[in-house]
This record gives sequence, C-alpha cells and structure tokens, in this order.
Amino acid sequence: MVRVELPAHLRTLARVDGEVAIDVRGAVTQRAVLDALEAAYPVLRGTIRDHVTKRRRPFMRFYACAEDLSHEPPDAALPPDVASGREPFLVIGALAGG
Amino acid sequence: MSGVRVLVGTRKGAFVLTADGKRDRWDVSGPHFGGWEIYHLKGSPADPNRVYVSQGTGWHGQIIQRSNDGGRTFEPVDNKFVYEGTAGTHQWYDGTPHPWEFKRVWHLEPSLSDPDTVYAGVEDAAMFRTTDGGKSWHELPGLRNHGTGSKWQPGAGGLCLHTILIDPSSPQRIFIAISAAGAFRTDDGGATWKPINRGLRSEYIPDKTAEVGHCVHRIAMHRSRPNTLFMQKHWDVMRSDDGGESWREVSGNLPTDFGFPIDVHAHEPETIYVVPIKSDSEHYPPEGKLRVYRSRTGGDEWEPLTKGLPQQDCYVNVLRDAMSVDALDTCGIYFGTTGGQVYGSADGGDSWKPIAEHLPAVLSVEAQTLA
Repeated sequence: MVRVELPAHLRTLARVDGEVAIDVRGAVTQRAVLDALEAAYPVLRGTIRDHVTKRRRPFMRFYACAEDLSHEPPDAALPPDVASGREPFLVIGALAGG
Repeated sequence: MSGVRVLVGTRKGAFVLTADGKRDRWDVSGPHFGGWEIYHLKGSPADPNRVYVSQGTGWHGQIIQRSNDGGRTFEPVDNKFVYEGTAGTHQWYDGTPHPWEFKRVWHLEPSLSDPDTVYAGVEDAAMFRTTDGGKSWHELPGLRNHGTGSKWQPGAGGLCLHTILIDPSSPQRIFIAISAAGAFRTDDGGATWKPINRGLRSEYIPDKTAEVGHCVHRIAMHRSRPNTLFMQKHWDVMRSDDGGESWREVSGNLPTDFGFPIDVHAHEPETIYVVPIKSDSEHYPPEGKLRVYRSRTGGDEWEPLTKGLPQQDCYVNVLRDAMSVDALDTCGIYFGTTGGQVYGSADGGDSWKPIAEHLPAVLSVEAQTLA
C-alpha cells in the first residue's frame, strides 16, 4: 500500500483523517498514485490535477523522501520507499494566498 | 409559520442565517466549507431544501456541493466543467487572443420548476447546465459560439458570466450577463443566443455603443413583468421594457451611477434598489456613507435609505451577487459587504440592521422565503 498525505482542505473534502493508504497496481508513479487516489476518492478529481489534461494544478506540489518531485514526469517511478509504504507521498498546497 | 433563510457566500466559507417571519432575531450557522471561497449558493424555487453551492480555492479549483435539507448537510456533486468542442479564444486584457479556460462558477441558478435542473454561469464566460441534480454538467455552447465570443474581453474581475434570469412566464427565455461582454438572451432554452445591448453606452470601449463589450454588473427582473429588466452597468443604471431589445438610462439623481448589485421589490415591480459606489477606481460608498438607494418609479427618481446603516467612515463594497429580497408580505431586503456585515431590512428598505457581522468578505447573498 502507498501512503498519501493530503492537505487539510482535501482531507475535509474526502472525509478522511490523517494519511490514506491506497493500493497501486503496477509501477508506482505519480500518475498511478493519483489515478488510484482519485478512484478511491472520486471527490478529489479536479482538485489536485486538471480533469482533462491531468496536469498538476499550479499551486499543488508533490514531495517524498525530502525531495520535491513536483516537476518529475508523471510516469517516472517514485522512490522505492514510497512504493514500499515506508515513506508517504505528500500532496502539498503551496504557500500562497491569504 | 413563515420564515426566511439567507444563504451567504464569503471569501472563507458559507453561512446560513435563519429567522422567523418577524425577522427580528437571526440564527447564524457556519462556516460551512471553512477556508474555501463560496462564490454563490442558491436554493431551488421548486424545493427550498435543495441548495446548490459553488465552492473553490485557487489551490484546488472548483467544487459543487448540494444540500437536500436546507443547508444543514451537504454532499459534493460533479465538478467537471469542460467546454464543448474546440474551446477557441476570446480577447485578453491587451486585446490578444486568449484560449478559453475554465476557472470557476460565479453563479448557480436553479430551474423554477425542477430541483434537479440548474444553470451555472462560469469564468471564462459560458453557461453550463445540469439536469440530474449536479451529477453531470454540460455546456450550452450556443452562447460562446453565437458569433461574438471571440470579441469578449474580461473585466477586472475576470471574464465571468455572473447573472442568469429565467423568465417565469416562458422558462425557455433566459437572460444572462457577462463582464465585460454585455447582456444576452435566449428564447429557446439556451440553444441560440443574441446580444441585447442596444442603448448601452460605455466610455471605456473604442466603439461606445458596440454590440458587445459592455461591462454589465447585474440585471434584475420582477417575476410579474419579465419584459422589464433593470441593469446596473459599470457606470449607469439602465432599464429595458422590451426584453432587452433596447435600454435607456434611469440613473437620474443618484449620487454616482457606478455600483454592482441591483434588485427589485418582491411585490412592487417599479421599486428597485441599488448601492451607489464612488467610482470604478474607488470601490466604496461616496463620502464614507453606506446608502441603499430606492426608486419607486422604476428609476430616474431615487431616495437614499440610511436608517441603521453606517453614515460615516464606511469604506466597504457590495458585490454584484450580494443583494436579495424575500417575498414576505412586507418585503425584506438583504445585502452583504466586503467588510463582513450582512444588513437586513424587514420594511422594504426604510430601516436596516446588521443580521450578521464580522464575517469574511461577503460574495453573495440569497434570501429564501419559507412557508
């Protein structure tokens, strides 16, 4: 299982507390994790990445293992520690706005 | 016993204000969706317990929520707004072509007869509709594609479709307004549209009487006279008596004819309300005095309504969707400010009092009259 940590507004929207654990089939990539996350929580569709283009929304960031993975290709493999569930995949709202 | 529910959208959440028919004491519930921008929420005329909410943030985009119990609980519904076909371009602020991009839902207008049918006015300007209670949204592309869409240009707040008025006598006839394109009408339920801006004059566009390009801030209608429309334009208060085919100015003796909201008394089709704002570069009341102006003559002759409103050092704005009326025997009027006050009048505007204070900046106010 892959552990995903969501920002506060999305935890409220998805009605979850803390991390969520999702089953990712095949290679563990950004795209695969987000596909599985949206399948498990359809209300999150469109809130992290665009409905149609599937591009990351501008103020969203992806961190894991102390690295900013936001600009990595969506089909690049995530770190082994994320794939194994040892480390969470962090979905972060950028510090902006008021 | 009769009562009123006032649905308030703010920069940081939604609030539901309720009172009995006396409208003396108000219960405030909220914030619902704390921290999210609530551009608009509105109840179905066919089922007042059905309430639709436009919720969003710059981080997470658009969410639509629906309540089946009058705003006590909500459930998210579909938030996918995708333009039909090739989106094409409109004009950007500098006049260059700019691709149509969905940003947010400004206004939700439930059908007069079917709680599952709702129209959504969005930025970049287009009209969407659901007929399944929000489970799916589909564009009515005839509006963007009727021929002038490529000339539309955003106002300072964005290229937003902010007003939707359904003709009660002929629900296939719908009026909408876009900043800064103007007013449009469909007579066939949204399949085809035409600009209805003849008589508008806007000093800020090259052709001051152009077919499109006018920054219409709001339109209002009394349900008994759907051919008569009242408009608060960027500057000028206007009136049409032929379903928008032509307009004439009725600003009359207003201290300034810039403003955002305009509304009509529930029982007096010639009694209308505006909130004059100093200018397009100074979005607050003239002289620091918050005054609603009422005309009992359908325009031209206006009187200030000040009792209970701050008359010094007041520098708030009242946004276009932030005024509403109830339909009780003595018509109630409500408006919200960017300073977080919601004022109410239970006597047609003669006197006012705050019914909620210290809220986040108010974006929208909708009154529901409850049986």
